[in-house]
Amino acid sequence: MSCKTGFVFSDDFLTYHFNNEHPFNQKRVLLTKELLERNDTLNSKDIIPPRMASDEELQLFHDHDYVEAVKRAGRGNLSEEQGFEYGLGTEDTPIFPNMHEASSYIVGGTLTAVDEVLTGKRDHMLNLGGGLHHGFERKAAGFCIYNDSAVAIKYIRKKYNLKVLYVDTDAHHGDGVQWAFYDDPNVCTFSIHETGRYLFPGTGNVNERGIKQGHGYSFNLPIDAFTQDESFLELYETALREIAEFFRPDVIVTQNGADAHCFDPLTHLCGTMNIFERIPHLAHEIAHQYCNGRWIATGGGGYDMWRVVPRAWAQVWNVMKTGEPAKGALPKEWLAKWQAESPINLPSFWHDTEEANQVIPRKAEITEKNKQLLLNLLKYTKTIS
Amino acid sequence: MLVEDIMKTEVITLPPTATIADALMLLQKNRIRHLPIVNEDNHVIGIVSDRDVRDASPSTFIKDADSSELKNEIQTIMSQPVITIHPMDFVEEIAAIFYDKEIACLPVVSNHQLVGIVTEKDMLYTLIQLTGTHVQSSLIEVKVPHRPGILPEVAAIFGKRKTNIVSVLIYPYKSDPDYKILVFRIQTLNPMPVIQDLREAGYQLLWPNNIAEPRR
Repeated sequence: MSCKTGFVFSDDFLTYHFNNEHPFNQKRVLLTKELLERNDTLNSKDIIPPRMASDEELQLFHDHDYVEAVKRAGRGNLSEEQGFEYGLGTEDTPIFPNMHEASSYIVGGTLTAVDEVLTGKRDHMLNLGGGLHHGFERKAAGFCIYNDSAVAIKYIRKKYNLKVLYVDTDAHHGDGVQWAFYDDPNVCTFSIHETGRYLFPGTGNVNERGIKQGHGYSFNLPIDAFTQDESFLELYETALREIAEFFRPDVIVTQNGADAHCFDPLTHLCGTMNIFERIPHLAHEIAHQYCNGRWIATGGGGYDMWRVVPRAWAQVWNVMKTGEPAKGALPKEWLAKWQAESPINLPSFWHDTEEANQVIPRKAEITEKNKQLLLNLLKYTKTIS
Repeated sequence: MLVEDIMKTEVITLPPTATIADALMLLQKNRIRHLPIVNEDNHVIGIVSDRDVRDASPSTFIKDADSSELKNEIQTIMSQPVITIHPMDFVEEIAAIFYDKEIACLPVVSNHQLVGIVTEKDMLYTLIQLTGTHVQSSLIEVKVPHRPGILPEVAAIFGKRKTNIVSVLIYPYKSDPDYKILVFRIQTLNPMPVIQDLREAGYQLLWPNNIAEPRR
C-alpha cells in the first residue's frame, strides 16, 4: 500500500529544550529523521515545516492567562511564585528562554499535520515533535507546556466538525487530552498505559468513562507494571478494534510515546520493538477501515533516546509511508554518526535482540490481571448506559 | 482536618409533622439518602434514611396498594436519638463513628443548632484527598525500620532534589512491628533521580522499584 504522507519537521522543534539534565530531549526527532533519511524512506519532498500556532489557536484549549504567563516566563518576566500557579518553573517543566515560541511551533506542527490531512492533500501526517499530552488548560505538567493534541482536536472540531478518535500508547496516561474532552461525545479518547498506581500521573483507571454527554467516550487500559509484548498487544489490539467499531471515527489522532519499552528508564513496562511495529500498523489499518485514511500521528514520551525512540518513531513513518515496518540492519552511516555521541551502544537492527527479552517473575499473574482489565473495558464498548 | 472543613452547610431537612410522602419526594428530587428532622428551633430531633422511608411505603409489587401510610407523619418513623457531631471534631474521629455505629450520615450540631451534614461519601472523598491520588504524581514506597527520626531522613532526600511531595502515608509492614512502609506521592514524571538517591542511601524500595537498575 502506498499512501500520501508528510513528515512535519524543522530545526525549530529543537528549541523546545528545558536543560541538559532534563530527560525530555527533542533531539529524538532529529535522530529519527536522520535514521529515516539514511534508510531511504524519508526524502525532502516528504518534509513539511511546522507553522507557529497563533494565540487564538492556543486558546482553543488553553486559558488566556496561562498563555500570557508562558510568554512572560520565556522572556524572564515571571516570578517563581507566579509560575507556581501555572506549573511553570518546576523540575518537570522548568522555564527556558522563548518557551512560548518553542511550544507554539510544536502545536503549530500538529495543526499543520491536521490541515494537510483534512484538506485532502495527504492521507497521513506525522509530527514527532508533538504528543505533549500532560499539558492542562492552565497548567504545565509532565514535560508539557502546551498540549498540541488537545489544541489540534479542538481545532478539528471547530474547523472541520469531524468525530475524532484519539489513541494514546504512551506508557503514561494521556490525562490532559482525556480531561479536555471528558464531556464531549464527538471525541473518543483511548489510552493504554502503565497503571497509575505507581506511575505519573496516577489517573487513567478503567472506570474513568467520561461525564455528561461525553459519558461512554473515554477508555482506559491501565496495564500492570512489567507487562510484556504478548499481553500488551492482546489487550491493545482487541480494545482498539472494539472501540473503533463502537465509535466509528472520521479521523484518528495517535500519540506514539515510546516509553513502554523495557529499556525506558522512567516506566516499568517491558515491551520490545514488536509493539512499536504493531501499533502504527493497527493505526494504519483502522484509519483506512473507518476514516478514509485520515490519520495524524504525533510523538510523545520516550526516554531511552538512543536505543529505543529513533527506531520506534521511524517505524511509525515506515508504516505510514510503505505499509510495513522496516526490517533487518540499521543504516551503517546513521550508526557511525551517532555512536560517537551516544553514551551507550546503539542497536544493530530494527528489531530487538535477546537483551530485551527479560524474565519477569510474576508474568502469569500480570497476564491474567491484564486480561481481567480488558474484560472490564469491553463491557463498555457494546452499549452506552 | 476538622469536620467544618468538609461538611456541607446547605442541609435539606423536614419538620416532624411532614408526611412520609414529603420525605420520599425530597429524597428522590435531591438524590440524597438522609433527612434530618428539625423542630422550629432548628434542633435535630430525629433522622430518616431512604431505607426507613421505603420500609414505610407500600410494596411496589402490589398493584393498587393502599398508600395511606404515606400520609403518616415522618416523626412516626424517624430514628432517635440522633448521633451528632461538632464542627470542631476531627475527620478521623467521625470515620470511627461511621464504622462503629454502622451508619452513613452525621448531622453537625453547634449551640444546639443544625449547622451542617457529613455523609459517608464526603468522608470517602476526603480520604481520596488525603491519599493524594487526585493529583498528578508518581508513587514511591520505602520500607523503613520503625524508629524515631526515620521520616525526616527519608523526606530530606526528596527535598534535596526539590521534588514536591503531594502526600505521605505510613502503613504497617505486614505484621512485622519493626518495620513501616512510607508511601510518598511526588509531583514529578521523573522519579529516577530520587529513586537513585534512595537506593544509594541504602533504603529498601518496594514494587515496582525493587527490581534492580539498570534494566539493561
